[in-house]
Amino acid sequence: MSEKLEKVMDIKNFSFTYNGANKPSLKNINLPIYFKKVTALIGPSGCGKSTFLRSLNRIHDLYPGNKYEGEILLKDIETGDMENILKYKKENELIKLRQRVGMIFQKPTPFPMSIFDNIAYGLRLMGKKNKKFLEEKVEEALKSSALWKEVKDRLKDDARGLSGGQQQRLCIARAIAVEPEVLLMDEPTSALDPLSTLAIEELVTKLKEKVTIVIVTHNMQQASRVSDWTAFMYLGELIEYGTTEQIFISPHEKRTADYIAGKFG
Amino acid sequence: MEFIFKKISSLSAAFILVLLTAVFIVLFLYAKPAIKKYGLHFIIDPRWDVSVPIKEKTPTKTNNIKSQKNKNNNIEVSDADVLAALGITNTNAKTETIYGGLVPLVGTILSTLIAMLFAVPIAMGIAIFLSEISPPLINKPVGIAIELLAAIPSIIYGMWGLFYFGPFISHIFGGSSVSLLVAGLVLGIMIIPFMASLTRDSMNTTPNILKESAYAMGATKFEVIKDIIFPYARKGIIGSIILALGRALGETMAVAFVIGGVFTFPKKITDPTVSIPVVLANNFAESSGMSLSALFYLALILFILSFIIIFSAKFYFLKNKN
Repeated sequence: MSEKLEKVMDIKNFSFTYNGANKPSLKNINLPIYFKKVTALIGPSGCGKSTFLRSLNRIHDLYPGNKYEGEILLKDIETGDMENILKYKKENELIKLRQRVGMIFQKPTPFPMSIFDNIAYGLRLMGKKNKKFLEEKVEEALKSSALWKEVKDRLKDDARGLSGGQQQRLCIARAIAVEPEVLLMDEPTSALDPLSTLAIEELVTKLKEKVTIVIVTHNMQQASRVSDWTAFMYLGELIEYGTTEQIFISPHEKRTADYIAGKFG
Repeated sequence: MEFIFKKISSLSAAFILVLLTAVFIVLFLYAKPAIKKYGLHFIIDPRWDVSVPIKEKTPTKTNNIKSQKNKNNNIEVSDADVLAALGITNTNAKTETIYGGLVPLVGTILSTLIAMLFAVPIAMGIAIFLSEISPPLINKPVGIAIELLAAIPSIIYGMWGLFYFGPFISHIFGGSSVSLLVAGLVLGIMIIPFMASLTRDSMNTTPNILKESAYAMGATKFEVIKDIIFPYARKGIIGSIILALGRALGETMAVAFVIGGVFTFPKKITDPTVSIPVVLANNFAESSGMSLSALFYLALILFILSFIIIFSAKFYFLKNKN
């Protein structure tokens, strides 16, 4: 780890409270997200890792009454300044944010439209209409998500006719088509079979040349295989953060060691 | 146990088919004399309960009538009127009563069309509001109100239409307070809650994760509704429209109050006319013989009309792409 690390996101003293809850679900989280690295969030169910991930593109804002505290800084690509995304109020700003911070969900979520339209969806939302441009971008996105060969002859077919693994790669292609800076993955392989899981993991390793990835996973082997940095969370707190090697080989905290050894969770 | 259960459930399903066929057969048998007499001409004949002499006239008289008819051909006059005008009221000549279903058929189709044009956009708006926009606090009471409205007996809508809504509409658009327009609007109002509640239910079946992933692409609420929820819930939404359409086609009581019940073509949308269910309800008590058979013929036409409309709507909208 001698190369220079550049932060693309920086989370400072972040707490999150769900609507109507009297206790915060996330307490005082401090975590950097490094540029073009894969950061894995691990921890037992209910530890708040998904809640945390969903704060990073403020998808929580779809449901009223949730409360954020602290700062989540995201680097502005043009100026290099860190901007606090929790300050965003207008719908426009949130839409921009979500185009810069993409998301993949636990289950594949193909939209009810053709494969081509799925991939082009984000671009069209951005106002890109040129057919040639869209075709190029769709091909590029499908190639980088290793799906092009399988679907190039049936781009007009309904995306829901693909297999589960293909659908998840389609969602990844759809997300990277708009060239986000950060890609959030919320247990992206939890609904997939081992082979499709492997394909997604390979894809993650390949994609980090282009995009910063934050991945929530239940599967510790997966975290150790794909990530550069690992954060262990427990009961809404960040217990330990370090390089994946360090966390898995010589964790400082006893709880981290116990979790990795499979003593709980 | 398994066997009995299977048998019972397949019997229940078969019952539907038996019922459908039985209704059709009964309608057909009762309508048969009228079908034999008028044939398909019934559908395009605007006369109802009109006496005309049986066509066994001397050649001179027929010529006379024809020439007279040609002179007056820009005015709509029935044969009986012409005869009366010529003073040919030969009491010895036999007359027969003609029944034709065009006016109620057109009235039914037009009133349903007005109802759908009025109701579909409003019902969609209500459903979108309830499933996507309204805060939970408003959601519940409005949802309950919609369901209550859907459960109000149609005769109440009819009375309200006759005494309040009809005069109100005629005040705005002119014309009579019972008319095609009023009937269409009352019908529309009647099916709105029904359609809105079914549409909302099917929009609510869209998985949250699907909506979230569209929002995560940077979609706005409107784009999510247009691109994700509507296509996803398409079958349910079209199903609710079709059900409402079926209800509007066959609605009797609400329409009987406000359509006017006269056998004339509506020249303007604010003219009174009549629809098939209203003809049936108004005339059954005093009908017998051929007039009863003609009513059954009308009922058969309504039956087939709803069947065709609903079947073609299903076929057109719900056929799988690919």
